[in-house]
Amino acid sequence: MTAVAAEGVWKYYGDYPALRDVMLRAEPGTCLALIGRNGAGKTTLLRIIGGFSKAGRGQVRIFGNDPRETQTRRRLGWIGHGISVYDELSAFENLSLFGRLYDLPDPRKAAMEWLERTGLERVKDGLVREFSRGMRQRLAVARAFLHQPSVLLLDEPFTALDDRAIAVLQRLLRDALAEGRTVVMSTHQLREALELATHVALLNRGKTAFQGERTAQMVQDPGWVYAHYGED
Amino acid sequence: MREKLIYSLGVIAAVLLARDLYSIFMQLPDEASQGMIYRIIFFHVPAAITAMACSAVACVASILFLVTKNFKHDAIAVASTEVGLAFLAANLVTGSIWGRIIWGIWWTWDARLTSALVCWLLYAGYLMLRRAIEEPAARARISAVFNIFAFADVPIVIFSIKWWRTQHPQPVFWGGGSIDPAMYLTALLNLVALILLGVILTLIRLRQEEVQREIDSIRRYAHAV
Amino acid sequence: MDFFREMWVITRKDLRAELRTKEAINASLAFSLVILVLFSFAFDPTEKETVSMSGGLLWIVFAFAGTLVLNRSFAREVPNDCLDALVAAPISGAALFMGKALANFLLVLAVELVSLPVFGIFYNVHWTSHFWSLMLVLALGTWGLTVIGTIFSALTVNIRLRELMAPLLVYPMLIPALMSAMQLSMDLIAGKPLGGENQIWLRLLVAFDVIFTALSLVLLETVLVG
Repeated sequence: MTAVAAEGVWKYYGDYPALRDVMLRAEPGTCLALIGRNGAGKTTLLRIIGGFSKAGRGQVRIFGNDPRETQTRRRLGWIGHGISVYDELSAFENLSLFGRLYDLPDPRKAAMEWLERTGLERVKDGLVREFSRGMRQRLAVARAFLHQPSVLLLDEPFTALDDRAIAVLQRLLRDALAEGRTVVMSTHQLREALELATHVALLNRGKTAFQGERTAQMVQDPGWVYAHYGED
Repeated sequence: MREKLIYSLGVIAAVLLARDLYSIFMQLPDEASQGMIYRIIFFHVPAAITAMACSAVACVASILFLVTKNFKHDAIAVASTEVGLAFLAANLVTGSIWGRIIWGIWWTWDARLTSALVCWLLYAGYLMLRRAIEEPAARARISAVFNIFAFADVPIVIFSIKWWRTQHPQPVFWGGGSIDPAMYLTALLNLVALILLGVILTLIRLRQEEVQREIDSIRRYAHAV
Repeated sequence: MDFFREMWVITRKDLRAELRTKEAINASLAFSLVILVLFSFAFDPTEKETVSMSGGLLWIVFAFAGTLVLNRSFAREVPNDCLDALVAAPISGAALFMGKALANFLLVLAVELVSLPVFGIFYNVHWTSHFWSLMLVLALGTWGLTVIGTIFSALTVNIRLRELMAPLLVYPMLIPALMSAMQLSMDLIAGKPLGGENQIWLRLLVAFDVIFTALSLVLLETVLVG
């Protein structure tokens, strides 16, 4: 069963199509790097896949089900542009909260575990608003991975991360892929993304211009895909 | 095709209005206690009824939009609400004029006027809400939900204010009053005329809304390119 | 059962976050005191007239001060994009709504319960004669206020001028509920018990609460996602 399948997706803003007949597939255990210029529709597409908005036409399926179904939501992890954790709560409180929202059997234990895995166990009782930027981002990563999602959707995750956070994220993503989870990430940072990616898709002005396996050439020359499949 | 519909409805409405105006001013006698001004009732009451019809249409259109996601329904909702708001304003103004002539005051917190004012505020809020959202899909969705809430509130508002006024009486405009059968026909025909006018205005506003959407999308294309 | 569990997680979270900073609740309390003082200039508190309409004044204070808390409800989810995380979480829209509404209800009620004795002192009003009936009216009226405030907070969460929009939309919609609460409060403060003529207002308040709670439970998901 395909992990993520978007078929014939159109998204309109008024009468303007931001996404035009987009097709996207990601099999379990793969990492799909979604690349494209600003305004190509990457965030729009990811948000539709994540169930944050609805497609005008076409359908999205996560393991064969609608993204908004409760069971599907349990298996989805999301990192968007914001960190999606509460400034007024501590790191531990935030993760326990999400543990409870996802109905984990032992939210507090899961929270501690992920604080350790992201190197935040020493600041577990610190309020998020006092954290440095890198710490906030690592907490966002912990939040997304906390409930062991089968599918991870990441919207430009490497943008504005510090080195430590990048290292943590890359390690966690590699572990996740090794465990058979699926990752779809949109990105500008071609180098970091292409290192991890098994597949690449290029979005150009709302259309899927290319989707295929990542090749060695792409890693060596990140601009290659754009050169060959970009701008009409 | 729509133009033909608008024109033919317009002709019918014009004929009805002409006939009514003739009847109102030439044929019917002055009313016993109120004199000339009672004639305003032929516009005051139908305006309110037309406004209510418009709000019902808007609510149905809003529900249909949420179900089908078809922007045509969103256009009907906003067109109908705007037209209804205009008729409600006419109701308020004619009511105020009436009060000024009869009672010497521009306003009284009579149950019907107060309800009309509150409903006007409710739906004016709808238009303000739409103004504040630029993205068309979000605008349609959010305002559709608001419209449903507003429509649910309308009967509650009318009833609660009516009950409040029976406990705290104020000068009432006409005591409920039975209408002389001679006037009944004119009143009814005027209602039909106003409703037709409402339909015409809604259709015109609908057309304008569609053109606006086309312009918006062309503009977005232009920006993208 | 899941519904109540999910709801309670949200309520706890909102209460914890708010009680830690106390921003909204402090502002709300301060505002309510200021309005009470201002009203004493507009209406002479020693006049018999004022005492008889004081129940009405009370609900104006509650509505205005309450709005400060209610507007924050979904607005607090905007920084850091926390709203995304809530929408993505496997909880029903109804549970999310009820969770927030319940937290708001408790916060607004707290402000009201502090304001009430102050009001009694400032206006020399004895409001304790039908204490439990007054508490019932407070609860029902505050719930109506809360439901509309919460759902409209969600409606306006992504709109510019959110702080201006929400109150403008909320107050006209609340008029029937406020009217009922005012009438009931005025009667109770004047010594008349609930029942008889008052019944209709009580029923209206309950009907208002039921209808708009139901609508909100059903429509929250639509408002947030589409």
